[in-house]
Amino acid sequence: MEELLEILNELHPDIDFNTQQNLVDEKILDSFDIVTIISEVADVFDITISAEEIVPDNFNSASALYSLIEKKMDDED
Amino acid sequence: MRKRLIGITVSFIVAAVGLWFLQKLLMPKYMDDIVEGAMIAEYYDEEKNHDVIFIGDCELYENISPAVLWKEYGINSYIRGSAQQLIWQSYYLMEETLQYEKPKVFVFNVLAMKYNSPQSEAYNRMTLDGMKMSAAKIKSVQASMTEEEDLIDYIFPILRYHSRFDELGKIDINYLFKKDKVTFNGYYMRVDVKPAQNIPEAKPLGDYNFGDTAYFYLDKMVELCEKNNVELILVKAPSLYPHWYDEWDKQMSEYALDHNLKYYNFLNSTDDIGLDFAKDTYDSGLHLNLTGAEKLSTYFGNILSTECDLPDRRNDKKLKEIWEEKLKAYDDEKNRQYAENEK
Amino acid sequence: MLFTSFEFLVFLAVVIVCYYIVPKKIQWIFLLAAGYVFYFIASPVYLIYIMTTTVSVYIFTRIIQTRKDTFDIHFKKIKKQLDRQQRKDIKSQEKKKEFRLMMICLLFNLGILAVCKYTNFAIGNINFLLGAVGSSKRLLTVNMILPMGISFYTFQSMGYLIDVYRGTCSAEKNLGKLALFVSFFPQLVQGPISRFNDLSKSLFEKHTADYNTITFGMQRILWGFFKKLVIADRLLPAVLEICGDTSKYQGAYVLVGMLFYALELYADFTGGIDIAIGTAQTLGIHVTENFRRPYFSKNIKEYWNRWHITMGSWFTDYIFYPISICKPMLKVSKFSRKHFGEFIGKRVPIYLSSFAVWFATGVWHGASWNFIVWGIGNFVVIMISQECEPFYRWFHSKINIKDKFLFKLFQIVRTVLLMSCLRMFDCYRDVPLTFKMFGKMFTGFDISQLSVSAFQLLGLAISDYIILFGGMILLVAVSIIQRKGSVRAKIAERKAPVRFIIWYALFLTVLIFGTYGIGYDSSQFIYNQF
Repeated sequence: MEELLEILNELHPDIDFNTQQNLVDEKILDSFDIVTIISEVADVFDITISAEEIVPDNFNSASALYSLIEKKMDDED
Repeated sequence: MRKRLIGITVSFIVAAVGLWFLQKLLMPKYMDDIVEGAMIAEYYDEEKNHDVIFIGDCELYENISPAVLWKEYGINSYIRGSAQQLIWQSYYLMEETLQYEKPKVFVFNVLAMKYNSPQSEAYNRMTLDGMKMSAAKIKSVQASMTEEEDLIDYIFPILRYHSRFDELGKIDINYLFKKDKVTFNGYYMRVDVKPAQNIPEAKPLGDYNFGDTAYFYLDKMVELCEKNNVELILVKAPSLYPHWYDEWDKQMSEYALDHNLKYYNFLNSTDDIGLDFAKDTYDSGLHLNLTGAEKLSTYFGNILSTECDLPDRRNDKKLKEIWEEKLKAYDDEKNRQYAENEK
Repeated sequence: MLFTSFEFLVFLAVVIVCYYIVPKKIQWIFLLAAGYVFYFIASPVYLIYIMTTTVSVYIFTRIIQTRKDTFDIHFKKIKKQLDRQQRKDIKSQEKKKEFRLMMICLLFNLGILAVCKYTNFAIGNINFLLGAVGSSKRLLTVNMILPMGISFYTFQSMGYLIDVYRGTCSAEKNLGKLALFVSFFPQLVQGPISRFNDLSKSLFEKHTADYNTITFGMQRILWGFFKKLVIADRLLPAVLEICGDTSKYQGAYVLVGMLFYALELYADFTGGIDIAIGTAQTLGIHVTENFRRPYFSKNIKEYWNRWHITMGSWFTDYIFYPISICKPMLKVSKFSRKHFGEFIGKRVPIYLSSFAVWFATGVWHGASWNFIVWGIGNFVVIMISQECEPFYRWFHSKINIKDKFLFKLFQIVRTVLLMSCLRMFDCYRDVPLTFKMFGKMFTGFDISQLSVSAFQLLGLAISDYIILFGGMILLVAVSIIQRKGSVRAKIAERKAPVRFIIWYALFLTVLIFGTYGIGYDSSQFIYNQF
């Protein structure tokens, strides 16, 4: 989780990612941010997030994103 | 639920009344310079028991004066004329007229035979907008429409005239519901004189035969008149222009012979009528002015009363009253125009 | 059948009445029939194209879905005997096969679109090249059929195909229902481009006639008519005049034409979408919004989130993401990070896929270099503003004007002007001319050109300008009110007479001030000969 927050904070230093629950719906993260996040996450956690997983539900909060990452790391099913 | 239904009904009624009012406002009134558009509608206000009804284009409504026919022969007549009235429009006007009355004679001017297809949207409007809604009107519209036109625009003329909003003027308010008379039983009076000079040379045509559509409606006219027991008379007014070709005249003569109709080409009897094209026309021979029209009316009235056996109705009290009023208006207008001309 | 034609209104009236009369079970079948009739009236040949797309998508999505289903059952059974790597391999093998199937169908349909839309463009370019190398050979342009709305329905069905492949949506079993999704008539001509998951919710449902739904739909249609007929079509002659005669209209007029076009396009496009969405609403069907007050955007990126939304999100979801996060792209990114440093490495995927998206957006808009350059222009502007972001952040941290009204207004005006400049490619004949006219706007600018009498020579009378001005005020007012919720809902809360007056007034405005029909020119009525 720490590593993820680091990635996010680097992108948007002014946002508190611990509390924000509507990152996509409120347009805090745009498509460029999401691509950057995915490629960094791929580096750090060695997983690939695919296009069909880019839905607001997975990106609206840091915790939602982290659970996606955990799920992917755990196993791919 | 019930309340809502009432609400909807009331809204629709208010909306419809508003639309009707706006439509009235936006339609051209044809009261100032282009009076031709107001002619067709005037018929509906008339007492409808005419002996003769003229149906056709300007060669009738500027060349025949029903006032003279009444004054001199006691013939009660009316002209259902309009600018560039096409033959199918004349036919459907006949159909419509028969819904109101049964005259003894219909007179049709054959110059319209030269048109075999719809011509101009604006002229269509001037003939058709004045007609009351009826099956005849719808059929006439369908026969007359040019490619750019739609039936719906005739049923709801506001769709046609909505863009007149920036031309609305006093005239549209003044004549919103009530219109002035622009004709005398369909006759459009002009007293000014412009001698006929330099009549353009007639251009030779590729084909002198009248078109199929024109003949189709002429046949229908004959049929309609037979069915209703009305005599149909064909005339060609003595206008010098547009040119009336001999080939055309021959066709009409033959047609009249074949169908047992009377056909008078007044171009052949200008001397008998006493027409002087230096004095009797207001636009160099296209149309007759008052003096010309009165001469022609005297001449034609004689033919009508003798050959068609039309009674002299000058003893009819009711008619006499109506005509007295009309003749007064006729003379007033005549004097007004002459006075204006002298200025 | 144009949305703003009398025929469409009659068609719509018949469809609405019948839709609520027919048994609820077959309502969706009736809609399908209506869509096909709509298409048939446009041209019977078009039906072959739309049916080909429908059937091919149906077959492939069914195959993919069946594969997925059987694979899932099979995989569950054998999963426990495999280790993680084996599971991964089996899964990716399956995915590959599904991918291949999806691609066949995708390429087939995009192929049809490409051939219909771009054959002559390609031939034109080949001929240009032939000329450039000195060859006297030329290819003849061909007369291609371009089925109405092909770009829209192809994109809509391709979105569905990809969704099924991705598993975000399960394949429709009923061919008829899929056919309805592809040919739903309100959005057939100019969108919005719907997603299956969104539209299918209400498209196949049974609908009972509901007063509010139907009146709201009709009110939206009326509003669309207002935008299209009163504003867009009234303004169009002036736009055509200015862009058509470039030797006459230079300097300040380029700016005028640009702004007129911004208004014309907005009114025309959003008006058309209002009619489409309103039409669907009268049938109880919810269609995704395509615009969210785009001219209130504060920057280009925001603008593209608010203008033609369904197209933008289509490109983002089906082109931008797949390209930017696919494995080869991640490798490229890694490689460039290693060799060119963090700064560039991070940007490579975004730049490459954005370029692809905007190139494709340009091509999609029309078969000409104008649109391609327009697309690339958008790409350039977006990337510049992206790179300036740190500067903006620094600027706002120093000077606190971010929330000031005037600064926001400045941002909005700047965005509108920027988008309007790019749209000049849409107005002028070719790319060099557009650049030339863009230059002329600055070099030949002379405010004194813009006299009242000169404006009247653009094909519009004073009364037209008054109407346009009034219409614009209404547009802005409605947009401002809309920020706090549906305007129609607000009006619906009012008393009946007030509601009646508002809607009747709007109806009369369209009826009288709308640009339609032959147009009254009193000089036609002048009596000349007969």
